[in-house]
Amino acid sequence: MSAIEQDARIHATRRDVLKGGAVLTVAMWLPAGGAQANAADATKAGTFVPNAFVRIDQDSTVTVLSKHVEMGQGAYTGLATIVAEELDADWNQIRVEGAPADAKLYNNLAFGPFQGTGGSTAIANSYDQLKKAGATARAMLVTAAANRWNVPASEITIAAGVVQHKSGKSARFGELVADAAKLPVPAEVKPKDPSAYNRIGKSAPRVDSRAKSTGKAIFTQDFKLPGMLTAVVAHAPRFGGKVKNFDASKAKEIKGVKAVVAFETPARAGVAVVATDFWAAKKGRDALSVEWDESNAFKQSSDEMLKEYRELSKQPGDIAKQEGDVEKAFASAARTFEATYEFPYLAHAAMEPMNCVVQLGQGSCEVWNGEQFQTADQMNIAKLLGIAPKDVKINQLYAGGSFGRRANPLSDYLVETVAIAKAMGTPDPVKLVWTREDDMQAGYYRPMYVHWLKAGVDAQGKIVAWQHRIVGQSITRGTFFDTKSKIDFTSVEGAQNLPYHIPNLQVELHTTEPKVPVLWWRSVGSTHTAFSTECFLDDIARETKQDPYALRRSLLEKHPRHLAVLDLVAEKSGWKKQRAADEIYGLALHESFNSVVGQVAKLKKTPNGPKLVSVVCAVDCGIAVNPNIVAMQMESGIGYGLSAALMGAVTLKEGRVEQGNFDDYPVLRINEMPAVETHIVPSRNKPTGVGEPGTPVIAPALANALAQIDGKPTRSLPLSAQGVKLA
Amino acid sequence: MITLDINGQKVQTDAEPDTPLLWVLRDHLGMTGSKFGCGKALCGACTVHIDGNATRSCVLPVSAVASSKITTIEAVGQSKVGKAVQDAWIAEDVPQCGYCQSGQIMSATALLVTNNKPTDADIDAAMSGNVCRCATYVRIRAAIKRAAGSLTT
Repeated sequence: MSAIEQDARIHATRRDVLKGGAVLTVAMWLPAGGAQANAADATKAGTFVPNAFVRIDQDSTVTVLSKHVEMGQGAYTGLATIVAEELDADWNQIRVEGAPADAKLYNNLAFGPFQGTGGSTAIANSYDQLKKAGATARAMLVTAAANRWNVPASEITIAAGVVQHKSGKSARFGELVADAAKLPVPAEVKPKDPSAYNRIGKSAPRVDSRAKSTGKAIFTQDFKLPGMLTAVVAHAPRFGGKVKNFDASKAKEIKGVKAVVAFETPARAGVAVVATDFWAAKKGRDALSVEWDESNAFKQSSDEMLKEYRELSKQPGDIAKQEGDVEKAFASAARTFEATYEFPYLAHAAMEPMNCVVQLGQGSCEVWNGEQFQTADQMNIAKLLGIAPKDVKINQLYAGGSFGRRANPLSDYLVETVAIAKAMGTPDPVKLVWTREDDMQAGYYRPMYVHWLKAGVDAQGKIVAWQHRIVGQSITRGTFFDTKSKIDFTSVEGAQNLPYHIPNLQVELHTTEPKVPVLWWRSVGSTHTAFSTECFLDDIARETKQDPYALRRSLLEKHPRHLAVLDLVAEKSGWKKQRAADEIYGLALHESFNSVVGQVAKLKKTPNGPKLVSVVCAVDCGIAVNPNIVAMQMESGIGYGLSAALMGAVTLKEGRVEQGNFDDYPVLRINEMPAVETHIVPSRNKPTGVGEPGTPVIAPALANALAQIDGKPTRSLPLSAQGVKLA
Repeated sequence: MITLDINGQKVQTDAEPDTPLLWVLRDHLGMTGSKFGCGKALCGACTVHIDGNATRSCVLPVSAVASSKITTIEAVGQSKVGKAVQDAWIAEDVPQCGYCQSGQIMSATALLVTNNKPTDADIDAAMSGNVCRCATYVRIRAAIKRAAGSLTT
């Protein structure tokens, strides 16, 4: 058993939670192609569609159908790399197309019978599937060539998209597709052993760089249908508010406004102004007068909630993990330490505010969206319209970021668009466009949390007991991901599976239930558990005068992957070397989505305060399908995590969200971005996640560096609220 | 009717005079390369060139630019600097989600037109109005330097 498989068995993961919530067992299978896969394309003469993931045209273009959304994480490039490897295709003949919504063909094998992207699973769950898809296509092209040339298939090779025989015969894929399409799909194929790879492990350029550098990539915001109208909405200003009355007379006076309709979905209520274009719709929205029914609306302030959470953190919670006896161990410990950590609500704030295009038909619905949760979205839309999920056709577009926001079990913004189109009662296609403020105030935040930790050490400074109590909302409770367990794994992941060997360990959870909509936010539970565990560990190291690297090493003997990453980041950062007087390093290590990431934040003291000069990052993500994209995702995760650590906070005042745009919800800018250096642990194990695991590690690495300046640990985020500003 | 000079072409629009240039480009003229991100000139996704200056088009009423030369991402590659920047963006694999990159490229091009050897501080000053939530900043910096190098050699 590989280290990855061991880790996967030892630690429950979000993937397992998702599996647990689903019904079918996950099996490795390869859906058939042909008419089933893509009727329109299969009818094109001479097109070869060996399965649902690969299509080869007569011009030798290889189209890879991506069941996963491209939202920045590089899925299109990574998935295509796997197919290109098995096919021995030339990179220039590869193109990628978003697959339609169809869970029978395109389910996420980590989620069960559910199509969707999340949990950093795109490459991990597709690896074997696409190896087989590519190898199948390859075998059929080889057979077609063997038959045509009357030579044994074993003598045929493929290199850079050219099928060849030693006799000198050769053909491009396109010349063989008509023959290959007539062959039976082989039941068994032999995908390559990693030792034979010549593309995986190298850094092919991204398939989407050119379109995204020339303004040609089409996002939902850019998608247009003939006769399409644009909807801009007034949402209830408090969560749970309803529409009591509205006066549309002024809105209807605006040139271009076609209709004003109220809507209510399981996520929220509001009034939509529908017009010929965005600006008319927005002016109409701003001219609306709406009276809200707030009898059931949420009216608490986040400050009050925080006080309640702090009180709860002093009471025993539901047990998420119990090993040994912490109370007994504390009683005999030489010293004990305690700390409380506080985390605010966070908005995803993707660059593209949420939006969606919908066209209703007779008993059907067609959707265009940067689509992350196909199966949920089909179900929720079908339910609203009283039609079958299969009659909801979803077209995939590029997503302008997501970070979890588009994976909503209630399909909030999609269902909102459908509700508006339905209320219109006309067949006109509708594009919902949220403003930045609509997006930021619509909820679905990373929950607010309070953590309380206590540790005991013996006379030698060895940690003998560790108690960790987490207070906050569950992301899955009440959704179809609800496992009905008292412990929502997404609340305790990263704490419950603490890799450090401590004989007495207890993790507890208080699940709170304020009516603030919450959601997974890039790296989910690890966004807070990595911070509290890694900062608390550094606290103990500082108090017991141990080196943070040496202390971690001493606790990881059972975790070779963690050890290797820790050693690599220490080596590459020069952790053990003499540092200049104005140089301060902070270290953190964390596993999420089956990948292990270590980071060293390098601060330099300046007259204007500490400056985060660079971050050295090490990662074990199994085999790196495209090392350049792995590095990109580490850089991206670091920037995203740093933004939250430095300045991210959504607060509520009597139930109303106080932030609306990038002025009061500031985000990281180029002048605040450190240099990043990424090192990948060489591996031939199956790939694990990279989209999220870089994110949670930077905040504790940075805080652990800052704490060395004045000995004051960071106990509450963001740092800006603590008066800490970097130079 | 307002007549505009966009990418070297005269185009007419019947958009209301208070309509921001961004929405005239996107909704009236079908040029969707310039993006909507914040509507308040806070994120830079809508950046275009007005008489060569990087300008946020989301807060700029169309009536104010009737006598200006407007360049957008759709045509910036026709200039030597714009092409060098786009080539550098592709070579460094800058884009991730890509939604902000039109604006980033417009800001970077405007910088390099006036300063062909920008320092890190120059890059920070010229680019800090452009938000990238994927935090592609490390590669934006590298791409600007690559483009500068290709223009000076």
